[in-house]
Amino acid sequence: MESYLFPFDSLICMLLGISFTVWFTLLLVFIIVPAIFGVSFGIRRLYMKSLIKLFEWATLRMERGAKEKNQHLYRPYSNGIIAKEPVSLEQEIQEMRRGGAEPEFDMSDIFYFCRRGVESIVDDEVTKRFTAEELESWNLLTRSNYNFHHISTRLTALWGVGVLIRYGLLLPLRVTLAFTGVGLLVVLTSIVGLFPNGRMKNYLSDKVHLMCYRICVRALTAIITYHDSENKPKNGGICVANHTSPIDVIILASDECYAMVGQVHGGLMGVIQRAMVKACPHIWFERSEVKDRHLVAKRLSDHVADTSKLPILIFPEGTCINNTSVMMFKKGSFEISCTVYPVAIKYDPRFGDAFWNSSKFGMVNYLLHMMSSWAIVCSVWYLPPMSRMEGEDAVQFANRVKAAIARKGGLADLLWDGGLKRGKVKEVFKEEQQKLYSKVLVGSSEDRSRS
Amino acid sequence: MGSRASSLLREEDIEEIKRETGFSHSQITRLYSRFHSLDKGENGALSREDFQRIPELAINPLGDRIINAFFPEGEDQVNFRGFMRTLAHFRPVEDNEKNKNLTSGEPLNSRANKLLFAFRLYDLDRDDKISRDELLQVLRMMVGVNISDEQLGSIADRTIQEADTNGDMCISFSEFTKVLEKVDVEQKMSIRFLH
Repeated sequence: MESYLFPFDSLICMLLGISFTVWFTLLLVFIIVPAIFGVSFGIRRLYMKSLIKLFEWATLRMERGAKEKNQHLYRPYSNGIIAKEPVSLEQEIQEMRRGGAEPEFDMSDIFYFCRRGVESIVDDEVTKRFTAEELESWNLLTRSNYNFHHISTRLTALWGVGVLIRYGLLLPLRVTLAFTGVGLLVVLTSIVGLFPNGRMKNYLSDKVHLMCYRICVRALTAIITYHDSENKPKNGGICVANHTSPIDVIILASDECYAMVGQVHGGLMGVIQRAMVKACPHIWFERSEVKDRHLVAKRLSDHVADTSKLPILIFPEGTCINNTSVMMFKKGSFEISCTVYPVAIKYDPRFGDAFWNSSKFGMVNYLLHMMSSWAIVCSVWYLPPMSRMEGEDAVQFANRVKAAIARKGGLADLLWDGGLKRGKVKEVFKEEQQKLYSKVLVGSSEDRSRS
Repeated sequence: MGSRASSLLREEDIEEIKRETGFSHSQITRLYSRFHSLDKGENGALSREDFQRIPELAINPLGDRIINAFFPEGEDQVNFRGFMRTLAHFRPVEDNEKNKNLTSGEPLNSRANKLLFAFRLYDLDRDDKISRDELLQVLRMMVGVNISDEQLGSIADRTIQEADTNGDMCISFSEFTKVLEKVDVEQKMSIRFLH
């Protein structure tokens, strides 16, 4: 009985051995070595182009399927559900007053608030920023499909193949790369940490960081286009960018070396943080220190004052936004007097949604989603450096930088606080509205008494 | 996440809502998607908290009154039909020309129904008349702490005096309509829904 199995046994072992060797050689040649030297074969771009063609075909099929059944295809409200008119409270009330003999208060004043209120129920600027953006065409991921009943058999087959490729081929590949990248980062930075401080150490640290981040970039199949590299951040400055996901860090750090800022974590993150800080100075805060704004400001100022240290990378929104808008920048990083290098990051949502909805998914779930998407495609724009002008306070400066980033990235520029993802809006905004209306009322009574 | 909402809404439901409210097919699916994204509890109905999560509505001085208008008497949940029925009041009036096959009776977005919606914002206890007290409360909501009680009281008195024709010191719906007969209600209480 057993003698039958022996030849097959050794055959299987041989096959497995060969396939593993081939696998790892390919990995090394096509991914790890280019990552070390920062070159690219262009495989990822080719992959991206073929995917686009595929998605367009898929959408056409769905439209055809819908037409055959004489049904409507669901169209996401990318243009908005309603058209809002930007009329202010004062303008509207003046218009209504013109009809009558200028009463102090008119029962029709309520119409303005009523309409505005219902408009915000139908479509508001804030709540839609905290969920993933909806797509025009389908990208063969179940998570972004809204037209289930329009899928033909051919399309389902294609989707099935897609699932196999993504989970069977791409995911294991990416996970392997991710482990390699992180492992190398921890090991190599610890080794570099043994060197005495000096130019050699800085040089090695830069190279090691860049290499490991590049491997991580390939672990996500991230296809990044950097624009305006002449504006790259320099030592002694702060780099600010809009925040969509934790991956933003990897995307920026694979092109240029930064000093990171963050809270000290436990577990794996903690290990990585401790290793990184051996090679070059990053700024890690204890939980308790984060509350102390003066301490935070002081440490940041000290770091930028030392021009041998790398530029600091900060995300002033404080939370992840879904990459359709830029929300309020916290003024803390703009109070430090130094050059600010704004960076705009815009993801292409067709290939994979990079937004981390932290209220819905935990970190591991999120990373799994990322690694089982087709790819992460994004553009990074380095904007020219900005400094605080005379007579400008931190808030105004922050808004100016925010507007520049929003403009470059094609994102909506909002004044709302990203903290609204979790918290309630402050009462003071309602009081402002009430004050505005009172002024209109009382103002007209003053006119009356004068005439 | 985007929403799979449109697949949860059946064609018959869409047709019924179309007949009742006059919205088009695509408007209904988009509004359903919006309804679904507001429904954090995912139970097919919105509660008051779901509305209050909208920052622009939370800072509206009459936010609570508007939210109240969506909920029928004594209920805490509004389903999609109820949501659409309330929103239908804000459809522009010209659109009626296209949908002549609406159910008989007055369309939800007629001038009279728009005025009724506004009237109900004032009428806190739903007894079909606006008393001096109710008017004062709504005024207080709109101005906050910026106007004194006496001034507000005199504003309320003057308003009731001008509107009240039958001397009961309250404003009924017909008196309300009369006061606002020159106001372009159709335009002020309409929202431009995109197709």
